[in-house]
Amino acid sequence: MTIRIRQLQKVYRVGTERVHALRGIDLDIAKNEFVAIMGASGSGKSTLMNILGCLDRPTAGVYELAGKPTHRMNATQLAQVRNQEIGFVFQSFELLNRQTALDNVTLPLIYSSKRWWGVRKRAKEALDRVGLGDRVHHRPMQLSGGQRQRVAIARALVNSPSILLADEPTGNLDSKTSEEIIALFKQLHAEGQTIVIVTHEEDIAGHAKRIVRLRDGRILSDSPTHEDVMHQDYLRRAAVTAVSVAKRELGDADVMASVSASVSASVAEVKP
Amino acid sequence: MIIVRIIFQTVFLAISQIWANKVRAMLTTLGIIIGVAAVISVVAATDGLQKFVLKEFASVGASKVWIFPRMPEGQRDRFSWRQLRIQLKEVNGMLERCPSIERLTPILEMATSVQFGDVSKPTVSVQAVRPAWHQIEDRAIVQGRPLSTIDEDQRLQVCIINDKAIGEFQLPSECVGTRISVGGRLFTIVGVVETKTVSPMFGGDEARTEVYIPFQTGLMLRPEPRMYIVAQTKSPELYEDAKAEITFFMRRMRNLKPDDPNTFGVEAIEQIIAQFKKLAAGLSVFLAGIVAISLLVGGIGIMNIMLVSVSERTREIGLRKAVGAKPAVVLLQFLVEAITLCLIGGAVGLVIGFGIVAALKLIPKSPLEEAGVPIWAIALSVGFSAATGLIFGMFPAIKAARLDPIVALRHE
Ligand SMILES: Nc1ncnc2c1ncn2[C@@H]1O[C@H](COP(=O)(O)OP(=O)(O)OP(=O)(O)O)[C@@H](O)[C@H]1O
Ligand SMILES: [Mg+2]
Repeated sequence: MTIRIRQLQKVYRVGTERVHALRGIDLDIAKNEFVAIMGASGSGKSTLMNILGCLDRPTAGVYELAGKPTHRMNATQLAQVRNQEIGFVFQSFELLNRQTALDNVTLPLIYSSKRWWGVRKRAKEALDRVGLGDRVHHRPMQLSGGQRQRVAIARALVNSPSILLADEPTGNLDSKTSEEIIALFKQLHAEGQTIVIVTHEEDIAGHAKRIVRLRDGRILSDSPTHEDVMHQDYLRRAAVTAVSVAKRELGDADVMASVSASVSASVAEVKP
Repeated sequence: MIIVRIIFQTVFLAISQIWANKVRAMLTTLGIIIGVAAVISVVAATDGLQKFVLKEFASVGASKVWIFPRMPEGQRDRFSWRQLRIQLKEVNGMLERCPSIERLTPILEMATSVQFGDVSKPTVSVQAVRPAWHQIEDRAIVQGRPLSTIDEDQRLQVCIINDKAIGEFQLPSECVGTRISVGGRLFTIVGVVETKTVSPMFGGDEARTEVYIPFQTGLMLRPEPRMYIVAQTKSPELYEDAKAEITFFMRRMRNLKPDDPNTFGVEAIEQIIAQFKKLAAGLSVFLAGIVAISLLVGGIGIMNIMLVSVSERTREIGLRKAVGAKPAVVLLQFLVEAITLCLIGGAVGLVIGFGIVAALKLIPKSPLEEAGVPIWAIALSVGFSAATGLIFGMFPAIKAARLDPIVALRHE
């Protein structure tokens, strides 16, 4: 098991008030899974991701990453784990603007204690993997949003982490670019990478193989999903909505019938 | 290995950071720049002055010891100046009893009238000396011969003049054999010595007219002579021994009891040099104090700018931690940055200091022509600059190292 979480709790103290961001999470994630975490704003997604990424510590509970009990580690050990086991992709990229794409990707290797030779070559390979082999010497300001996020993903991948974590990686991107980024995640998953992403968007989550839904610091549902099943589900709901809209606006039975017919046809089309 | 790489990367990063904020870096390191520049220029000036002074001492002559009458403090009612006078028996016995002394001459100095033809001077410095004077003073003979033991033994009325005197008395340019009147008696000039100007530091001034006559002849002119002795030690470092021997000898000659004070003085040029060097060393300590203070002031500027840097770059620190920078590494990174900043300030200070030294040397006739910056001053400046960076960078670096990654990343 790559990730094993038991009764994980996180309590924030704001003044005298206590905010329960996570109220007892149990979660296992195996190697090569592709998990999407969803939930309303404030449900605790980012809190969970930050603990998964060892950026933050739980108030209580167990978190084992690749067999190591991270909840018992000190700051130095956690830094080591972040460097070796985790690749974290942020919504706002978090690139160093004064440095080139290559320098940004090299960063985790610089802080790595193993293999200090061939560092640039490995960073270049990571950039090639995300399709930015020709933007090596560009600075973040000279790149588009999608390209910046690719640099950030290359940085997350460069140390071959056990797990790739992404908190709303497409949150700052337009829908077309989001599709490209999600396609990249799919490709990485196909290459064997374990991935956990947080997203608000159902169609982004639909590309994952499993969806964990949070509500108010607890797991609401945790169900495996199939991309195409999801897609159908989405289309079906779209059709129902379209029909009800048509009914309300038009009240015309003929139009209604033709709409539902065309929807059924398109559903049939996407069916494998 | 990781440490070396991080230091390397950090130095590079720090330099580019400083380059991006040239003016700010310049202003924050101003304290260090001024401190280092001040040290370098003042140390060089002291060095130049020291070389100058030592050269002056050398002009007076190394290995020399003077013996002269001296009234003991607060004993004016016990001794008269007459009693303190150097006696002939003291002059004659000294060489034998003081093994550290190579040779000596008594010097009987008188100011008397000298005349040649129409030119007459009322107070010319006339010194009665023994032939050993020539070896002690080491002055070149430009014409004729030096004073000899025959002149001495025969009490001949011969004299040696310095070349300045030729013009002064309008003597013929080949003046050996010419007779001049010294204190009303006629003396034959047998030789001419070069004129040596003694530095104003030792009471010398413009080259004077000088006349030297045999010591015995001088005694005839002055039956109750006031004189002093100039002795030369066998080697320069023997001055302490020579002083001890002379003091012992003189006290015995004068029958002084153990708790009686000395009624004479013994001074060696090396002793004065040693005192001067001590003084210069004291000056250096004083300078080090100034450096410490200016670097302290500079250090506060460095601490301030490093704190600003830490808070400006909190997100960057958060990101570096997120990708695995350990607290110790972050600490090191900020320390190296502070030290680099200070060293750059120190280097600028060095350049400015050297500029000031070069400018000082250009001043014509200044005593600083040979001013040089000693290696220790450079090492001190660089060392203190680095130490300032280390000490004053520590607090901001600890602050950066302790930052929580997620808190730092949320920082705006
Ligand atoms: N640093 C903090 N201090 C105090 N409370 C916090 C802190 N961070 C998060 N919280 C609280 O914890 C709860 C969960 O926040 P979290 O950021 O995990 O939500 P989220 O699911 O990521 O929301 P969003 O979709 O808006 O990003 C919220 O109620 C939030 O107010
Ligand atoms: Mg969030």
